[in-house]
Amino acid sequence: MTATIRDEGAQEMRPRSELTARELMREIGSVLRMSEAEVAELGEMPDDPDEDQTMIINMGPQHPSTHGVLRLMLELKGETVLRCKPVIGYLHTGMEKTAEQLTFMQGGTNVTRMDYLSPFNNELVFSMATEQLLGIDGDIPERAVWMRMLLSELNRMSSHLLFMASNGMDLGAVSMMIYGWREREEVLRFFQKVTGLRMNHNFIRPGGVAADLPAGWRDDVLRLLDLIPERLDEYDILMTGQPIWRERLQGVGVITPDEALALGATGPILRSTGVAWDLRRDMPYLHYDQVEFDVIVGSYGDAFDRYAIRLNEIRESMKIVRQILDVMPIGDYRIQDKKVTPPPRARIDESMEALIHHFKIFTEGFKVPEGEVYVGIESPRGEVGCYIASDGSPTPYRMHVRAPSFVNVQCLPHMMRGGLVADAVAVISSVDPVLGEVDR
Amino acid sequence: MSEIADDATDAGDDMAAEPSEIHGCPVSDSRGQVVIHPSRERYIEVVKALADEGYAVCADLTAVDYLDYVHRPLPEGIAQERFEIVVNLLDIINRRRIRLRLQVPAGDAVAPTLFDIHPGSEAMEREVYDMFGIEFTDHPDLSRILMPEDWIGHPLRKDYEVGKIPVQFKGANS
Amino acid sequence: MRIVDDVLADGIGGLSHNFITGHLEDLINWSRSRSSWPASFGLACCAIEMMATGGAHYDISRFGMEVFRASPRQADVMIVAGRVSQKMAPVLRQVYDQMMEPKWVISMGVCASTGGMFNNYAIVQGVDQVVPVDVYAPGCPPTPETLIHAIETLHQRIEDGEILRRRTETGAGAGLHVEEIARTSSPVMLGTK
Repeated sequence: MTATIRDEGAQEMRPRSELTARELMREIGSVLRMSEAEVAELGEMPDDPDEDQTMIINMGPQHPSTHGVLRLMLELKGETVLRCKPVIGYLHTGMEKTAEQLTFMQGGTNVTRMDYLSPFNNELVFSMATEQLLGIDGDIPERAVWMRMLLSELNRMSSHLLFMASNGMDLGAVSMMIYGWREREEVLRFFQKVTGLRMNHNFIRPGGVAADLPAGWRDDVLRLLDLIPERLDEYDILMTGQPIWRERLQGVGVITPDEALALGATGPILRSTGVAWDLRRDMPYLHYDQVEFDVIVGSYGDAFDRYAIRLNEIRESMKIVRQILDVMPIGDYRIQDKKVTPPPRARIDESMEALIHHFKIFTEGFKVPEGEVYVGIESPRGEVGCYIASDGSPTPYRMHVRAPSFVNVQCLPHMMRGGLVADAVAVISSVDPVLGEVDR
Repeated sequence: MSEIADDATDAGDDMAAEPSEIHGCPVSDSRGQVVIHPSRERYIEVVKALADEGYAVCADLTAVDYLDYVHRPLPEGIAQERFEIVVNLLDIINRRRIRLRLQVPAGDAVAPTLFDIHPGSEAMEREVYDMFGIEFTDHPDLSRILMPEDWIGHPLRKDYEVGKIPVQFKGANS
Repeated sequence: MRIVDDVLADGIGGLSHNFITGHLEDLINWSRSRSSWPASFGLACCAIEMMATGGAHYDISRFGMEVFRASPRQADVMIVAGRVSQKMAPVLRQVYDQMMEPKWVISMGVCASTGGMFNNYAIVQGVDQVVPVDVYAPGCPPTPETLIHAIETLHQRIEDGEILRRRTETGAGAGLHVEEIARTSSPVMLGTK
């Protein structure tokens, strides 16, 4: 795919020689807060008499890396990447427009398909925003809160396992793809038992969760917790200590804390630079302040740190899940507010009121008071936030999801500069974008 | 349970009590979250002042088209315009959030860019331009980011149709 | 395939067959159906389920399809897995055009088949507006069982030669719809031995 496709619009990238100094400074220097003189003498890339030797090539949108439809325009000099421009929008689904047509109860089905690798986190942030608007966020039953935490953490595990699989495959350890998916299947089997679906569950709804945990769930979770640690140690042997792996990842895609903060990167990217920012610990939601876990922080800001952080976050998530197993209370799985929660199906035969509530909630939807709210939680990729503006009707007036991958993709040009093309693949893989939430 | 903003007891001394003005802009409270309403002229100055105060991360920049909901609650002295740009800033050191709501009129849908203060807002502002048609002065590359380059119209505006095709099932609303 | 069925029907006597004869078309169709390499066109959530189908648990390698070719020139089947947006539709068509005949298309998931839950301005309401589709697999996302059912349906049709016949008649894809298969109660447990 080397020809520029004229049909979907020419997203052009002119060669560096054609850019004015000011444009170049904006592109490269603003993040680093460099002056024009510093930009002009960017060490590794001297002004060359044969500047016309640079080549602009197009990577994607259909390419074998598993990260979806991301298109990168790279300006190369030989094998070195000088500049990079990511072009997105190939998966734009108009989800924010669709959200204005769906009621708040249906909103979960829409939002869950944005970051399709961690659907529970999307549903959770949407539900939390709706609950804040409704004013019931302090009244969610305990069991529902702990169930949400359990599912979120298991989701984090499955998402990071997929990261390890795709990271391994991108860098050549193809068997890692098979191993990662093997573990993920185990977690997805548990999800299917609880929610009925392997992916895109629409299980966490405003007011609680959709159904109770099935009988025997404790044994399933314990089986998972017994199975995965030794597999993770296998991955450590396969990858972490392996010289080829280290050579390919260490020093690749380095980003400093200032740059990461300036670009708005959150999640493993920010933590790899040394900034210990994890919303679960620093601005706790649900009951994360009642569980013990460590926040894994890197020191070099390179791709190896991000890989190690995600590997260890799987271990931390398992720790949290173990604690949740001990604490899970008995109780309701959703709030008993008739206006928000549909009644149990059996009551519909008995009570006229229950029938009316059921009807109203499922056809018209429950009305949410006016206002606007922003809630941010920690998804496996960073801070996922949901901004809802409501005008008192059953559908949101405006729903916007702050997708972590959308902001993290801005780090790509910065991380790739000066590296090789092969490192470009490693960098994309270490940022772990999910194009569903980038494009929404 | 999750009052995300307002652990601001040891922040600047103008945040401790419920202030009526922050950096000269009216303040409102939205479900426990602090929201300030700068004017377009003072927008950059306020963001810069907040960045100096510690709000180093621009978490989110989006816009809302209030065409169908003109009389939403706003503090006194703020004229309601068709568009609003909503910026959520995050302070990592003091663990707090703040929101800015900037009113942008329909006829003059232009706003200053935050790129020089928060380079991470580049893609978000492009998305706002693409979806709403609000232009940002001095933005390095204001072009469509989600829709094809030659698309006409701004999809998230309220006068832009969803674009549904009719479906056979009665009562299907999407 | 009739040739192989004849040999199998003979039981032990089939072992003494040293020569197998048949029509050239049958042999070609037989080999095409058992070695149809997919072009990787994974777009969204369905792509994840497609990759799960390629994983060890569901293993489409037993159908000869585990090599997802990056280059469309080397691929036979294009599994359109995911929602196709307006910006992606020309790319989809270009990749389809680059594939060599004979080629087949499986539309995986409801978003690819009809636009799915996203009936709006941004999503092409069914990839059959862009490419001729042979098998539609419903589901959001389809479980790997459904995808395998769709693949097997396609393979069956390739083996019969029906798809190519229909193509020359109508110029369009076969347009076969399969049912969604939900996961049944007792799956194989890995790690319990």
